[in-house]
This record gives sequence, structure tokens and C-alpha cells, in this order.
Amino acid sequence: MPEGTENKGLIRRFLDAPPDSVGKTIFVAVALCLVASMIVSAAAVALRPVQEENKLRDKRINVLQVAGVYDENVPVNDAFEAFEPHVLDLSTGEFTDAFDLDEFNALAAKKDPSIMRPLDDDPAGLGGQMQVYRLVYLLRDGNGEIDKVVLPIEGYGLWSTLYGFIALEENGNDIFGLQFYQQGETPGLGAEVDNPRWKALWNGKKLFAEDGDLAITVAKTPPPEGTDYHVDALAGATLTSRGVDNLVHFWMGQAGYGSFLEHLQAGEVN
Amino acid sequence: MAQTYRSQLIDPLVDNNPITLQVLGICSALAVTSSMQVAFVMALAVTLVTGFSSMFISMLRNQIPSSIRIIVQMVIIASLVILVDQVLKAYAYEISKTLSVFVGLIITNCIVMGRAEAFAMKNPPIASFIDGVGNGLGYGLLLMVVSVIRELFGSGSLWGITILKTVNNGGWYVPNGLLLLPPSAFFVIGLIIWAVRTWKPEQVEEREYKIQTVEGH
Repeated sequence: MPEGTENKGLIRRFLDAPPDSVGKTIFVAVALCLVASMIVSAAAVALRPVQEENKLRDKRINVLQVAGVYDENVPVNDAFEAFEPHVLDLSTGEFTDAFDLDEFNALAAKKDPSIMRPLDDDPAGLGGQMQVYRLVYLLRDGNGEIDKVVLPIEGYGLWSTLYGFIALEENGNDIFGLQFYQQGETPGLGAEVDNPRWKALWNGKKLFAEDGDLAITVAKTPPPEGTDYHVDALAGATLTSRGVDNLVHFWMGQAGYGSFLEHLQAGEVN
Repeated sequence: MAQTYRSQLIDPLVDNNPITLQVLGICSALAVTSSMQVAFVMALAVTLVTGFSSMFISMLRNQIPSSIRIIVQMVIIASLVILVDQVLKAYAYEISKTLSVFVGLIITNCIVMGRAEAFAMKNPPIASFIDGVGNGLGYGLLLMVVSVIRELFGSGSLWGITILKTVNNGGWYVPNGLLLLPPSAFFVIGLIIWAVRTWKPEQVEEREYKIQTVEGH
């Protein structure tokens, strides 16, 4: 008997076997899982480049929005060219040329140890380590002076890590805007961090009090320093609000952009 | 046979609507109906998933061991849902962000499982596909009706286009904030069920109890 017929016989016999036999049950389970996982992973791999493209575009839109220069009618990539990317060394608070931008993005994407530092104290819930080199953006006005800086920030809320940007005025103290481009908080409660009205609350707030202490808070009631340092917490989302408070404190503090902000306030960044 | 396919497609729209008559799939109907665009994408996704999962399950129906049939149905449905999710992330990123977890939750939508178990396990693939699509459309129709009401009165717009200019934007319309919150869909769906059952009294369920008069008082 030729091999083909024998194979066919086997398959036929399998199809004809009673579905409830133990052998067939196991066979169906295994075969289905294999086929389903192949289809799912093929789709995931095939669509990844387009998805990455979307993510990048979305991130750029967020940079534009947080700096208040987003215009739906201008292609995102064109508008984005107004921004000057720099790799910032958080330990010195100065820009570094040690990385090529594409190379840096690749390192950041895989959390390469060369740009990470372990954290003993981790108030923002970053998973025990933080990036010590960050890609930041400068937006200049017509005279080439710094108008705004856009800094990436992230931290843990209630369910998810919130990833976003904060835009500061050139004095390194006034907040222009803050928004998250990726979060998985509770829809209707914590996810209201995306609500335009809540985001608008950040505009015009100040980071540091007169005495130079970091005073900005996300809370139900204003801090003693006054309402300039107060962003109203989200109703019904205590833990998300606390997460945002923690992450803003962390990134604006000495472990984060602290020394860069000092340079910025002293007018030493150009 | 053509007549049957037709009725399979049309019946679930009103006469046998999965939401108003069978009261299935309420969870996602509450969550995604605050804007028409999102509701439309969700309706499309559910229709595709219900149609194709019914078809594939029906193709395999004689081979599926009854002891693991539910999990086999789940695997097929889940794979399709992941496919839809991946495609949305690639080609409709903004909407996929709004739908977030709800696309994944199509897996647990009772309508999909219900059609698989009640229809596809006993009927041939084409009929099952049409049955699934019909039920998906029935779900979608109700989603669209609810989202029209919620978006129009909740944010003063339809399909993202301003119809009633809201006070916040310098207009005259004070939007009804309740309609933007998921519970409002309960009221809207409840009123729709009432209206449909008044129009088609045969949909009214029989009472499970009878009020009896007790003599001797």
C-alpha cells in the first residue's frame, strides 16, 4: 500500500473515531491549541511594524499636544520637526552626545542596563530600576530661545504604569501641561487622567515654592504653599491620583530631573 | 433554504434581538455606547467574531468532544478576538485605545458563546455563519440606537459632529452628563425594551407567578 493512502486512512480513521474517546479528546485539544496559537502569533508578528508605527505617531502627537502646538491639519511628523530631541544625563542634568538617537531608542526599548540604574527607594513604582538617560525635547521660539521643555515621566497608578509627558516653561518652574499617552486605569475613574478638563488644571501651576522646595501636589485640598501648587485629585480615583502625585514628585525631584531643572532655572541650558 | 437564511439574518434585528429579547451582552452595551464611532467599531467587531466563530465551530462540530466543547469554543472565539484586537491596534489605533479592554471582553460576550452553543453546534457552517452575523447585527443595531441617544444628549454631537452646541463650547445646550456614564445605558435599554414589547406584545414573557385571590377574607 502506498504511503499516502495509509496516511489518509489514518486521518480518516481519526475523523471517524467517536469524538468522546480519550485519545481523540486529547488530540483535538492539542491540535486546536497549536493551530490557534500559530494564527494568533502570526498575526501579532505580521502586524507589529504597523502597530509600532502607530505607537510612535501617538507618542509624537502627545508631545505636540502637551506643548500646546498640536494642529490636526499639519502632518504629525512635520510638526514634530520643530522639537529638538536631546539625550539627557539625569545624574549631571546635562545633555550628552554619547548616544545616537536611533541607537538610544533601541536601548530604551529593551531597558538596556547601560542606561538603567537600580532603585532602592522606588516611590513612583518603576519596578526597582529607572532610566538615567532620558530623551527630552526642546521647543524654541522664533529667536532660538528655549520656549518649552517636554520631559517624559512615568509611574505606577492603581493597575498600570502611566506613561506621559510634562511640558515646562523655559524658567523650569511653571507647568505648561501634563498628559499621559498610555495608561490602563479604571475607565470612568482613574482613566479620567485623560480627561481634557483635568489635564487643563495643570496649566499655569508651579513646581517649586519660593524657598525652592518641590511643592506641587495632586490632592483633595491645596498644600500650605497655596493653590498655585495644587492640582485637584480625581474624584473616585484616590490611588491613581496618588500615583500621579508620586510620579510627578519623583521625576521632578533630585532622583529625576532635579539637577536639569536647576540648570534650566539658572538659564544654563541652551 | 434562501428564505431561512434571510430570516436568520433579519430575525435577530427586532423579533429575536439578543439584547432586547434575550437580554444578553448587556455589559459591553453599557460600556461602549457613549459615542457612535466607538459603538460602531464594537458592533462590527462583535459581528465578525460571532459570524466566524459560529462558522468555525460548526465546521468542527462533529469532531469536538462534548467533554471539552466549551473550552474548544472559547479557544476559537478568543483567537478571533485577539486577531480583531491586533488588527484594530494596527489600523484603528485611536479607537482601539478607547475600546481598550472591551475588545478583549468580546470573548466573554454571552451572545458569541450563546450562538456557538445553541446554534453552531447543531447546524451546518453557512447557516451558522449567517446566524452569527444576524445576531451580531442585532446587537450592533441596538448599540447604534443607544449610542445615538447617548451621544446626542450626552455630548450634543453625532458621530463626533456637533449637532447641539454645548454650553462649554459657547453654545446653548446643557448636556446631560448622566448619559455619558455607563448606568444611563441601563435606562435607555430598559426604555427600548419597553417600547419594543409594546409594539410586539408577543415578546412579553409569561409571568413566572400568578396573583391569586384567596377566598374567605
